[in-house]
This record gives sequence, structure tokens and C-alpha cells, in this order.
Amino acid sequence: MAQSAEHVLDHFELFRGPEYQQMLANKKKMFENPRDAAEVERIREWAKTPEYREKNFAREALTVNPAKACQPLGAVFASVGFEATLPFVHGSQGCVAYYRSHLSRHFKEPSSCVSSSMTEDAAVFGGLNNMIDGLANSYNMYKPKMIAVSTTCMAEVIGDDLNAFIKTSKEKGSVPADFDVPFAHTPAFVGSHVTGYDNALKGILEHFWDGKAGTAAKLERAPNKKINLIGGFDGYTVGNIREIKRIFELMGIQYTILADNSDVFDTPTDGEFRMYDGGTTLEDAANAVHAKATISMQQWCTEKTLPFIAAHGQEVVAFNYPVGVSATDEFLMALSRISGKDIPEGLARERGRLVDAMADSSAHIHGKKFAIYGDPDLCYGLAAFLLELGAEPIHVLSTNGNKAWEKKMQALFGSSPFGQNCHAYPARDLWHMRSLLFTEPVDFLIGNTYGKYLERDTGTPLIRIGFPIFDRHHHHRSPVWGYQGGMNVLVKILDKIFDEIDKKTNIAGKTDYSFDIIR
Amino acid sequence: MSLAPTQSVAEIKARNKELIQEVLKVYPEKTAKRRAKHLNVHEVGKSDCGVKSNLKSIPGVMTIRGCAYAGSKGVVWGPIKDMIHISHGPVGCGQYSWGSRRNYYVGTTGIDSFVTLQFTSDFQEKDIVFGGDKKLVKVIDEIQELFPLNNGITIQSECPIGLIGDDIEAVSRAKSKEYGGKTIVPVRCEGFRGVSQSLGHHIANDAVRDWVFDKVTPESKPTFEPTPYDVAIIGDYNIGGDAWSSRILLEEMGLRVIAQWSGDGSLAELEATPKAKLNVLHCYRSMNYISRHMEEKFGIPWCEYNFFGPSKIVESLRKIAGYFDDKIKEGAERVIAKYQPLVDAVIAKYRPRLEGKSVMLFVGGLRPRHVIGAYEDLGMEVVGTGYEFGHNDDYQRTAQHYVKDGTLIYDDVTGYEFERFVEKVQPDLVGSGIKEKYVFQKMGVPFRQMHSWDYSGPYHGYDGFAIFARDMDMAINSPIWKKTKAPWKDVPKPKLLAAE
Repeated sequence: MAQSAEHVLDHFELFRGPEYQQMLANKKKMFENPRDAAEVERIREWAKTPEYREKNFAREALTVNPAKACQPLGAVFASVGFEATLPFVHGSQGCVAYYRSHLSRHFKEPSSCVSSSMTEDAAVFGGLNNMIDGLANSYNMYKPKMIAVSTTCMAEVIGDDLNAFIKTSKEKGSVPADFDVPFAHTPAFVGSHVTGYDNALKGILEHFWDGKAGTAAKLERAPNKKINLIGGFDGYTVGNIREIKRIFELMGIQYTILADNSDVFDTPTDGEFRMYDGGTTLEDAANAVHAKATISMQQWCTEKTLPFIAAHGQEVVAFNYPVGVSATDEFLMALSRISGKDIPEGLARERGRLVDAMADSSAHIHGKKFAIYGDPDLCYGLAAFLLELGAEPIHVLSTNGNKAWEKKMQALFGSSPFGQNCHAYPARDLWHMRSLLFTEPVDFLIGNTYGKYLERDTGTPLIRIGFPIFDRHHHHRSPVWGYQGGMNVLVKILDKIFDEIDKKTNIAGKTDYSFDIIR
Repeated sequence: MSLAPTQSVAEIKARNKELIQEVLKVYPEKTAKRRAKHLNVHEVGKSDCGVKSNLKSIPGVMTIRGCAYAGSKGVVWGPIKDMIHISHGPVGCGQYSWGSRRNYYVGTTGIDSFVTLQFTSDFQEKDIVFGGDKKLVKVIDEIQELFPLNNGITIQSECPIGLIGDDIEAVSRAKSKEYGGKTIVPVRCEGFRGVSQSLGHHIANDAVRDWVFDKVTPESKPTFEPTPYDVAIIGDYNIGGDAWSSRILLEEMGLRVIAQWSGDGSLAELEATPKAKLNVLHCYRSMNYISRHMEEKFGIPWCEYNFFGPSKIVESLRKIAGYFDDKIKEGAERVIAKYQPLVDAVIAKYRPRLEGKSVMLFVGGLRPRHVIGAYEDLGMEVVGTGYEFGHNDDYQRTAQHYVKDGTLIYDDVTGYEFERFVEKVQPDLVGSGIKEKYVFQKMGVPFRQMHSWDYSGPYHGYDGFAIFARDMDMAINSPIWKKTKAPWKDVPKPKLLAAE
């Protein structure tokens, strides 16, 4: 017996002891009917080959380890970005348990959201009664200022009509007639979580701007000098939105962050649970129609929202998750152009510091090969930054990227001498990435927590940037946007590079002549 | 924050009853009436906890429950390591449940084991409109080509499957035939079925019965020689290695474990289970169905046990040994004696730090009662408990064997109720899930996740008890809980913004 009260062994030590190892070996041999070890080894090796890659890429129906989630997750993420707003997902209740868990595991924060808990009878008769009761209960219990409704695939398959249901619920007195209940249909079998973000945000703006589903007058646009900013679905929303606000304030620009969830996903531990915190006020959401322009930090998160805003007479500008020097330059110059304000010297200094840091460390990152996967905009932003570092983003894969994204990525690669051997892979998953890493190895992999399986199998060191990050803490609190954010990304990449060099040179008397004290 | 020793049971009961009345006030009348049936103060001597259970959750209240898919794919089938479990439908369900349950297993992942992979048919609009059976056929073919060492396939239905009229049973039969009798199991665990995860467990159990057992003739020889001491562990999902720290005790007492259901389990183990002399059942809620079936069909008795904390372990080892001869009975005593020094050392170290501390629980279908003994072994007291998806037979077991007079009982608790209860009762520790963890920590209340063991474990068996005790101590006695108030501010009571 290895366990002791003095030195309590955890699971990662306990089961390595001889008693457990013997037990597990017996279990396998006697009862598991295991495959022949040589055959397992043969298949393991075969799965690394170009032949396997070809079969793997010929898949038409099966998805293995996708890097995307479904629409309602994005809808919930966007909805909590409004003041005292309760997301209400119409459909099966298990879905909501999943979204809440998923967001809590990433942010290490509470995630509040309700479901209309539809079951078999609702599948047959429709979920109207669930909506009527659900809205009444949520309104009374959680005292929201707004309830933002979206749907699970169940409600979409049976064809529930949110507009009509909400209207009926109001007639039945579930919530006051003038209470804000924007809605968006968010079928899980279309697009991904970024689509859901887009639909939900558009639904909320449409509600406020276009007459609250026929219950109020449409807003007349009276242009002002404000700039709206949309962050998009972003695992770094806490750090990024705060950084953006700092930049707006440095520049003296009046702004509205739309769907500002930077506070609700970063509440203090001080004895009080804040179910709602911060967020875009409903007044600001309505008044955003008057802004001079709207900037989206993620084109693929706002494919429907931006044209909707443009149709209301505003200029719209979309970026692709700007990370690094040039992307931040373009962002700031756009702000300056739209607002007519100069970029302050302080930001020029920050820029200089980032360039300084890149120059200092360039030798260690120049020519290194990377694979990246994640949401389409994130992939673009990180690839662009690597190119300006002189690194090569060889494989860039986005499960929820489409043909247009691929074209845009290839254009980016074409614009740099470091992009000549790089390829974009839309609508592929992490099992495809596995084949890529075996057949065309790279030095580092950038992706979310699930990349650790690829790191284990292929030996490619993982730099965790993306969503979700479950197994490292608190990185979402630091920005990756702005020059400061670029610095954070640079340091994260460099730390991994140096750790790897050290790991490869620390065998005493064998490789440690290169175990340098200065790098 | 512990209960004042001067507070009598009568006073606690009165306070709890008042508390229930208070939370019910927030609801519209119809909802208050329904919720009232799920909340109670336990009266000693009663045969159950006096609450309704296993009923539909009320829309809009923020239930903590999940769905039938979670019960089947997430709990029962997912851990079977040498089979590939297809999340059949849109991408989300499989994504959110990917690798998060910590069912440990040993195997070469992606080659002969598949637990921590996410296989999905990733339904698109055209699959909804035209049906998904053709896609499923192709998915199975592609699995066979790329993962040739899989020992079987299950099809875990997501909501749309049952709504669009797909015939996954026909596909399963046809593909099984095509692949030489391969085990392919269609599971009708669409998320809208039933009221919680619980029906998913039942449906998954039935799928084993219909698509695994019924293919194996009772006379078919297992690949091993049977012995009189063969048992199967049923209802242990090997969270953080729980089934392993349980198995080792059964083997040390002289039994032979021929199957694990389903943590670190394999198809061969499922198939061999009808050869067991006794099924030992840990999670009654999720696997009593298949245990009853094996009793009826194969005559295998089953016995519930509890490997949380030394008191219950000792009781359970003796209970299990009672089904066997003296050799095993002596073996049980030998095991108990062997581990007694560890138990004594753990209790000597941690009990003084935990004595008198109070706990409120809200977990799934077993742990709201099963872990109470482990807390009591450490001198702690469970003052409130409830099940996410328990049935009345769970509340009977809870009332008859576990909870004390006056315990606050809350079935399918809502977010609002749970926050209010904790705020008023002020326990020293809350044990529940990831969705609850940060709510209570914000309020300054120590918390442990009691589904995933908060990424620790195992908690089963003697080895697990040491970890359990250490974890509870580090949660409650962490110095951070003294820092939640800025020293220059007054000390307000924890409060809920939403509830004001």
C-alpha cells in the first residue's frame, strides 16, 4: 500500500505503483480481450503515414475532434454582454447545462442561463406553454432587465415560432408588454457558435432599432460621433474588451461596446454573487443606431450583423482578430480616420515597445514552423502575427471556416515571403490536423486545450491560445489585442520556445553543453 | 459558520421550514405549488424524504439538470473504451461532453481506445431535411476504415434523430451484418426524452440488454475459466480512478473482478458479465436496471455497496463477503485490518481540522447520500442534500440509512433556491457541480465539485478516502476565505443581486 496520510498520493502518482500496475495488467490480459500488441503498434504507425492521411482527408461524413461548437453557445455568450440580461434558450434543457458548464470551465466563472425545458409532449404539441411559463418564472425569479431568447435544435426541428410565442406570452402576462425580449433562431445544424453570436447580436439590435417586434416605433437615426465596437465570440473577451476600452479612452473617442461581457465573466470574490455585472446598457444598445460607425473585431462573427447595421446608414469596418503590429496599426488608423482624433503618443510608444520586443527575440522565432487551429478570425489574426515575426504558419485549420475564409487566408499567405509554404484548411477537424502534423511536421502548434491530445500523439509542443482553455488558468484575463496584447502573445510563444530548447538540452553530460544560461 | 451547538433540532427544523416558505414566495403561484412538493425538512423515522422526484423540471427556473443523451453517452456508454460512440446529430452535444467526465482508462487512444475522442455526424441542414440515415451509413464505413481496431460502435442519438424519423436501428442491423456481426448499438437517448439524465441511463441499460446481451448466448464461453469468486463492478465510472481503487479491495479480499461497468470497461467485459456470481452495484440510480435484468434472466444476485469513507467501506466489504464462503469473509477482515492504520492516520490528521463543519450537497443520483458517511467519518455533518435526478427509491434509501433529523431536502433544486438556502444556512462547505462552483465561491463559501472530484480523486476505497479528506480540508481551511472582505470595508452578509 503506497497511500499515506502524511504524503497523500493523487491519481497521477497512486496508480503508477506496482500493486495497481499489476492489477491493470491482469485486467487487460484476462478480461478485456485486447488486440494483439503488435497489431496495435502496426496501426499506430500506419496512422502516421501519407496513405492514412489520404484516407483521412477523403472523409465525407465522419467528424472526429472538431474545433467548433453549436450556435446557441455563441448566442448565450453574446446575450450576457447586455446589462442584467438573462439568456433564455428555448428547447431541451440539457443543452443549457452544457453551455453553462462549457463557459464556466473556460472562464472559471458562474454562467447564468435558463431553458424552457421542453420534453416529449412539447415535441409533439410545440413549446408554446414552455415559453409562457418559462418567461414568467425567469422574470419573477431572476429580475432581469432583458431576456434574450435563442433556440436549441429541438425547437428548430419542430419549427417553433419565437416571434409569435413571445407575443402570446406577453398577452398571457408572463412579462410586461413593454419588457424587452429580443430573440434569434439559432439552429445547431447551421454554422457554429460564431454564427450563433452573430444571430443573437443581430436579434438584439433589431429589437431595439426596428421597433421591438412591431410594438414600438422604429428608431430614427440621428448620427452622432460615437463608435460602436463588437468583439465577437472571444475566449479573451475579459482582457481584450478592457484593452479596447483603454485605447478608446486614450484616444478620447466616445464609444459603445456592443455585447460587453468583460465584467460578467470576471466578477470579484468578495462575498457577493453577481449574477449580472456590467454589460452594454439597454439604452446604449438602442442608441448605438446613431453611431458614426461600427467596428467588428471579427468578420466571421458578424456576417449578418454588419450588413444589418450598414443598412441603417452607418459605416461598418471588419477586422480579423487583429493581433500584432500591423493589424493593430490598421485598427488604430481606422479609429483615427473615423473619429478624426489623432493617435496619441502613448500608443506610439506602446507600438515601439512591441517592435522592440520582437526585434530582441526575433532570432528565436524566425523561420519556426507553426500549425494553428481555431475560429476563422482567430486563425487569421495569429497567422498574420506569425508572418510579421518571420515565422511560417504552415497549417492553418478552421473547422468552422468556409471557402471564403480559405481564400482570404491564402491571400494573406501570398502577401508574405514567409507564407509561401502555408495552407489553409477550411471545414477540417483535429483528426485531419493529426495527419498533417505527422506527414508535414511543424515546430509548434497553436490551439485550444484539445490540442494537448495532438501534442501527446505527435510530439508537437502546444501553445494554448483559443477557446476553450480548460487546463490552464486565467490567461483570458490578459488581452491579446492592442500592442500590449501582441506583447502577451509574443511572450507566450517565446516561453514555449525557450522551454523546449531547455528540455532538449538538459541531459547532464550529454546535451547540456547547449544548456545556456543566456538565450 | 458552523451551526451553533446551542441550536436544537427543533430550532433547525423551524428555520428550514421557514426558509422553504421564503424561497417559494419568489415564484408565480402555479410554480410555487409545484416546487413546494420538491422541498422538505427530513423527519426522522419517515420512510422517505417527503419530496416528489423524477418529475419534469419547470421552464425558466434554471434547473441544474441535463438530458437523456448526457445520461447515455456521458455516463453509461461513453466510458466503454474499445467502442466508438458516435454523437449522432449536430456538433454541440459531443463537443460539450468531450473528455470532461474524467472516466479514466488505459489504452492507446485513437488506435484501440476512444474515450477521449469526439466522434460526431455533425448534422447540417440537409441532414435534417432529407434524413440522416445515409450519412450514418457513411460515418460507420469511415470509422471502419480509419479506426480498424474498434471493437464496436454505439449511436448516441441527439434531439433531432427522434424528430425527423430516422431509422438508426435498421442502419445498425444492416451494418452489423455487413461487418460480420460487429456490435453496433443504436441508442434512443434523444435529449428531449424524459425529465433528466435518468431516462438516458435507463435507455442505455436497455440498449446493453437488447444489443449486447441478446447477441451473446448464455452458454457462450467466456475466454477465461469461471471461478466461484467472480464478481462484476456495476455503476462505477472510474472518475479519477474510482473503480480502480475499488477493484483493488475486492481483489485483495479474494474475489475476482471480471468486468467494470463502465469506467475503464470494454465490450468483452460487458459480454462476460452474465458469468458473474454476484454483481456489486455502486451507482444504483444509473445501473439498477441492468442489475435487475441480469438477476431475472441469468439468476445473478446483486448487492448495493458504498466505498466512500471507512465506515461504509467496512460495512460494504462485510456485506459483499456475506455472499461468499469463509475464505472471502476472512479476506474481507484481512483487508479491513490492513487498511486500518491508514484510516487511523487520515482521521488523526484531518478530523481535528474538520470536526463540526457543516456541508450542503447537491449532486446527481447517488452521491447526495453515498458520501455522507465519509463526511461523518471526518466529524462533519451534512445539513442539506438533494438529487438532480434521483427517484423515490433514492430518497427512501437516503431517509432510511443516511440523513439526520431536520436535514434540508431539495429535489431538482433551482439556482435561486440553492443560493438562498446556502446564504441562510451558511454551511462550511458546498459540494455540487461546475455550474454551482463559482457562484458559491463568489459568496465566500468553500466548494468542491462532487461530480468530477474537482479534477482530483479517486474518492472511492481506502486510497481514495485519504484524497477525499485532504481535499475537503484544503477547501475549507484554505487561507483565501479569510481574504474575501477588503479590510477597510464593513462586513455585509452574502447576498444575491438577482434576488433583491
